[in-house]
Amino acid sequence: MTEMSTNAFKDNVSKALADDKLQFAMTETGPRFIAKRTKAREALPEFDRLRDQARDIKDHVLDHLDIYLETYEAKVKETGGHVHWAETPDDARAAVLEICRKANAKMVTKGKSMISEEIDLNKHLEENGITPVETDLGEYIIQLRNERPSHIIAPAVHLTRDQVEADFRRVHTHLDPKRDLTEIPALVEEARGVLRQKYLAADVGITGANFLVAETGTSIIVTNEGNGDLTQTLPRVHIVLASIEKLVPTLEDATTILRVLARSATGQDFSNYTTFSTGGRREGDPDGPIEYHVILLDNGRTNVLGTEFQDMLRCIRCGACLNHCPVYNAVGGHAYGWVYPGPIGSVVTPALVGIENARHLPNASTFCGRCEEVCPMRIPIPKMLRHWREKEFERHLQPASMRWGLGVWAWVAKRPKLYRRATAIAARVLANQAHGKGRLKKVPLAAGWTEIRDFPAPQGKTFHQLWKERRR
Amino acid sequence: MNAREAILGRVRARIPRGPEGSRREAVERRIAGRPRNLIPERGQGGIEHRIRVFTEMMLAVGGTVEIVDDVNEVPHAVSVYLRDGNLPAQVRRGADPVLAKLPWHRGGTLEVTEGPAADADRASITRAFAGIAESGTIVQISGADNPTTLNFLPEAHIVVLESAALFASYEEAWTKLRALMGEGNMPRTVNMISGPSRTADIEQTIVRPAHGPKNMHVIIVR
Repeated sequence: MTEMSTNAFKDNVSKALADDKLQFAMTETGPRFIAKRTKAREALPEFDRLRDQARDIKDHVLDHLDIYLETYEAKVKETGGHVHWAETPDDARAAVLEICRKANAKMVTKGKSMISEEIDLNKHLEENGITPVETDLGEYIIQLRNERPSHIIAPAVHLTRDQVEADFRRVHTHLDPKRDLTEIPALVEEARGVLRQKYLAADVGITGANFLVAETGTSIIVTNEGNGDLTQTLPRVHIVLASIEKLVPTLEDATTILRVLARSATGQDFSNYTTFSTGGRREGDPDGPIEYHVILLDNGRTNVLGTEFQDMLRCIRCGACLNHCPVYNAVGGHAYGWVYPGPIGSVVTPALVGIENARHLPNASTFCGRCEEVCPMRIPIPKMLRHWREKEFERHLQPASMRWGLGVWAWVAKRPKLYRRATAIAARVLANQAHGKGRLKKVPLAAGWTEIRDFPAPQGKTFHQLWKERRR
Repeated sequence: MNAREAILGRVRARIPRGPEGSRREAVERRIAGRPRNLIPERGQGGIEHRIRVFTEMMLAVGGTVEIVDDVNEVPHAVSVYLRDGNLPAQVRRGADPVLAKLPWHRGGTLEVTEGPAADADRASITRAFAGIAESGTIVQISGADNPTTLNFLPEAHIVVLESAALFASYEEAWTKLRALMGEGNMPRTVNMISGPSRTADIEQTIVRPAHGPKNMHVIIVR
């Protein structure tokens, strides 16, 4: 797996913009996702009211999180399951490894889990002689390439079919080299055949969890492929990787949030497979796992509670903010340099790895506000990005020239008369410089902008001047 | 201090502190009362409306639906469905008593076996615990009579859905489940299934199937 490169964001972006394959793959990504969500939303008149309720459910949970966690844990135990609390990624990895060792596991199959990425589980399993096999098609592809997911729900969205074909030919050497893999269905069928044997042979199945239900001690996964279900049904042991904020009170509450999840993510009314798992195999059950374990990971989330960043814990990882983000759609997910890309990633990553390790991310936004507009959980992402920028400033993480510039600007901006006079002069001078062309090739102190594009010239008057004129 | 105490301690230190008793009571009240939230109107209406919406939604996600008047017509319908799909006249079912008692001889040469699915099985038949009109969703619950693998391993998944179990919304299925299992109890697995398996992971192009069934055929018994 690639190392964390959140602080190399600017270099990552330059590379991403120069990567033709990536740019080709990303061309249609945003527009397609956006069209699907819009259609699903328009087909359900209650959609926005459901979003309000979804938000309120999670707010209620976060305000009572200690009690919901205890209630949930007691219920899991009552149904014969095991709960493992993990403060750090190390704790979580150790707990998974111990369960796998007790099960004498040689191979584990895995459903899609962002927590698995967050704790870098595959590497740890491999180092300890256990082979992890990702079974979600997108995750399988990026595992073959030793990459991270570039999107929360579409991990291989940055790739084109010919890249996938090349990977399959490289890895599936037991198959006829002359086979035709030019069409996407042929690629899917090949992965189906290869992975089917893995499900049947695996000793342990690991999945994530979209929700944990306190009422019943249930974990919920949502998939379209059915890979999560084969992963958790066929092996003897099922391990669920979840973080503490996944709690919801009741089945009714889970249902409400499920109604906004798929619509926001893929534009489906409901995902193909929504699966509720409670404990291990019951007496008389002809199939299903014998053991059921839940890993409850904190990894910095409790530090967010009660702060201006608490709302990020409502996130249900649908990816709508990524799909609607002009920055994400231009550079793809890998540029963000860690597990969670896009607008929500720029909010979550600094919280989990420290702002000093992710200081560029809160700046990777035009503040256009579409992320907040489409968020099913109504998370005020732009507001939180601003809070991170403030933290960045407070901790002196920006270069001296930027701090100095901001200082000068703030000094002037706090003196309205001076500010108006200075901006009026600047607007007039710049307008004259443009010689009526409406744009400038060079502006003092703005080389960072004008190196790659012209600067739109002011029209000679400031907003304040126009406001005054028109009110008259 | 172990991880559990450390995590719970940090949560308690950071969230708004009301009196402990009243916070606990708020949680208990919510779980015991399990209030229903907003339920969309889409699925709500008489049985004909529910059948119509369910069918529309199931077709939209690539499944198929047929309607029979009597459950005893199911064996024949299954045999025709398999023949038309060029599948062998073999189907795997669980021990569900309704399915077990069907007049399978009416399916002609149809061979019916009982038990969890094996990799080689091409077709399975299950009896739905519920159907949800709102999104064209089938609800299956695991148990001695209902192996979960039947929903996922075979290429064709045939589902018998009795109209009395075809609800407008998921909430009604929860009510039915609580009546069966008791408050707060769940079977090992509840599967909500909306159409055959699919993926859009390569170039956002929808392909069916991914890892699960290629076809989902719902026989609604009116």
